[in-house]
Amino acid sequence: MSELIWLIPLLPFVGFLINGVIRNHASKALIAVIGCGTVLGSFVLSILGYLEIAELREAGGVAAITSTLFEWFTVGNIQIAISFLLDPLSAIMLLIITGVGFFIHLYSSSYMAHDAGFGKFFAYLNLFIFFMTILVLGSNYLVMFIGWEGVGLCSYLLIGFWFQHSSYASAAKKAFVMNRIGDLGFLLALFFMLETFGSLEYAAVFSEAGGMAVGDTTILVITLLLFVAATGKSAQIPLFTWLPDAMAGPTPVSALIHAATMVTAGIYMVVRSNVLFILSPLSMEIMAVVGVVTALVAAFIAITQNDIKKVLAYSTVSQLGYMFLGLGVGAFTGAFFHVLTHAFFKALLFLGAGSVIHALHDEQDMRKMGGLRKGLPITFATMLIGTIAISGIPPFAGFFSKDEILAHAFQHHPIFWVLGFVTALFTAFYMFRLLFLTFFGTFRGTEEQQKKIHESPWQMTTALVTLALLSVVGGLVNVPEVLGGEQKLANFLAPVFANSDMGAAGMHLSHMTEYVLMGLSVLAAIAMAAWAYVKYGKNKEVPAADNSQQGILYKLSYHKLYVDELYDAVIVKPLRQLSVIFFKYVDKMGIDGFVNGVGEFFIGSGKGIRLLQSGHVGFYIIMMVFSAVAILIYGILHM
Amino acid sequence: MENFVTQMQGVPLNHYIIFCSIIFAIGVTGVLIRRNVIIIMMSIELMLNAVNLLLAAFSVYRGDASGQVFVFFIMALAAAEVAVGLAIIIMVYRNTKSVDIESLSKLRW
Repeated sequence: MSELIWLIPLLPFVGFLINGVIRNHASKALIAVIGCGTVLGSFVLSILGYLEIAELREAGGVAAITSTLFEWFTVGNIQIAISFLLDPLSAIMLLIITGVGFFIHLYSSSYMAHDAGFGKFFAYLNLFIFFMTILVLGSNYLVMFIGWEGVGLCSYLLIGFWFQHSSYASAAKKAFVMNRIGDLGFLLALFFMLETFGSLEYAAVFSEAGGMAVGDTTILVITLLLFVAATGKSAQIPLFTWLPDAMAGPTPVSALIHAATMVTAGIYMVVRSNVLFILSPLSMEIMAVVGVVTALVAAFIAITQNDIKKVLAYSTVSQLGYMFLGLGVGAFTGAFFHVLTHAFFKALLFLGAGSVIHALHDEQDMRKMGGLRKGLPITFATMLIGTIAISGIPPFAGFFSKDEILAHAFQHHPIFWVLGFVTALFTAFYMFRLLFLTFFGTFRGTEEQQKKIHESPWQMTTALVTLALLSVVGGLVNVPEVLGGEQKLANFLAPVFANSDMGAAGMHLSHMTEYVLMGLSVLAAIAMAAWAYVKYGKNKEVPAADNSQQGILYKLSYHKLYVDELYDAVIVKPLRQLSVIFFKYVDKMGIDGFVNGVGEFFIGSGKGIRLLQSGHVGFYIIMMVFSAVAILIYGILHM
Repeated sequence: MENFVTQMQGVPLNHYIIFCSIIFAIGVTGVLIRRNVIIIMMSIELMLNAVNLLLAAFSVYRGDASGQVFVFFIMALAAAEVAVGLAIIIMVYRNTKSVDIESLSKLRW
């Protein structure tokens, strides 16, 4: 298997090439088969790779297989190779990417069936899988960076997939620009690493870093820059506003890129660089604060959103904040565990939302839904599972991962736990609000829509059911000790954190405290669910229209804390004015003035000098004689 | 032949130079002040022949024949020039009924 690692990214790339070429000529069935087939192939290979790694782990080995494809370039002492690293971390990421990716491809084959850009869509999706696998497979930071940039590109292309709407196109641009800010951080971090460690290979960097002191300034700078990169890709404060706007893309894209895989790249990168981060407690602290604030703010905003996808988008931002909180407090395993479970239930929720939108013919406003539970039984059941999972109610997946993060947060400092706990309350409330508004009560849309409500085709329901199953059992891979589990995931990942694990070993809380914390969060989640039921299920409240009078908190939440407006006023508008000034004065007057001035000088002098050409032959002859005499005199004088 | 060369050298070179300069100056003045194109052509011939004579004189005094070879070239060139020039003048005359140089002032800005 280890010789075939390169096939995992290659297969989707081949799919991209084929689909890209034949997109306008082949039948949709063929395109779908190629698109899904290549990813399925990668998935199978990923399973084989995982099994091999698991076998090595069983035997007690470190289980890291590096396969170098070729030397890319050599500059001075720096050698960069295109090489892949298959270890427990990348093996699990691969399973998520290709596995969830495959089901989302399958789902798309039906969801996008009536779209004119069907072939293009699959080509982009395959390209995305290619870059994402490159990102997680790379054995040095530069290969990771290739994937990092590539997924950003695919994200841009897919958000702007319906670029005919100018607002969608600008959402794509926004995502791209915000990601670029983060990418700059990544790039600078690479330069610092080259300067400090002389290499970008993980193994070399980590072994060099192992000898450095805790709190080293260079490490601090590198980790902060890496974290800036992560805030861009994983939508954390201050760069989070692109993700809700990214919902302009087709729903499968939101599920695949903006929930399950790409946005977790930042967490993957931090987990991968755990050796560096552990050396910089300040960076960890900043990460924890940013993470928990993001989680809280995004959850607060999600409460009042009426667009079903916007709710999920803010929920994603919030859950990503949880993961960074986990990373910041040193619970690398917990954070990665949450990546895993979140990939299942958030992809499920997005696909469920897509199924609802599909059934209602592109209606996304929850105020115009309701009572869909009879028309869409499978979607309802799976969405219910996803909602319970994300709300952290046992024994579904979200409970275990969220609880692990919260427990570590409590151990780090109770205030983190309190904020995380409040976020969990919000989460349970807005998710059940979404569920009740969508599936309970009476239908609030048009009659025409009501007649056409239908359950989605098998491609879509298969994906939903599979992901729902995973959301149910996904948490069992890392049941904590306190609940009698074995922490399989933590043990599996142990070699990755060999130098820095604070996961299982770092837990000092008494069992009693852990039980209390768990009990509190479960009770609170159930209470919030009940409240949402009373408010939106039983009393059938419907969120007010956009322009109605509301309390200040409601307004703040509804208008997303005015962050977009703030950025617009503080950054976008001044920049625009600055560029207008540059345009008017520097470009038009300075540069254009100079260039045109040169031209005008010659035109003007030509106008003057041509008067000499009077047409009088006598004048020419005189000039000729005078010139000859002048040349002669000059010759004599300079003899 | 020897005798002829001695005779030629009997006249000092300065005389040739002064004589040729005078003829050349007459040619230049003619070109500058006359307005009849035919006269101008003739003045140009005068200038060319002044140079020819000077070349021949130098050639004799230096005992080098290449100067006289030049003279032949210039004569051939002058013949060709006159042929073309006269043809142009005839065409000009046919069109403007005049050989005044000022009648050719149409080519200008």
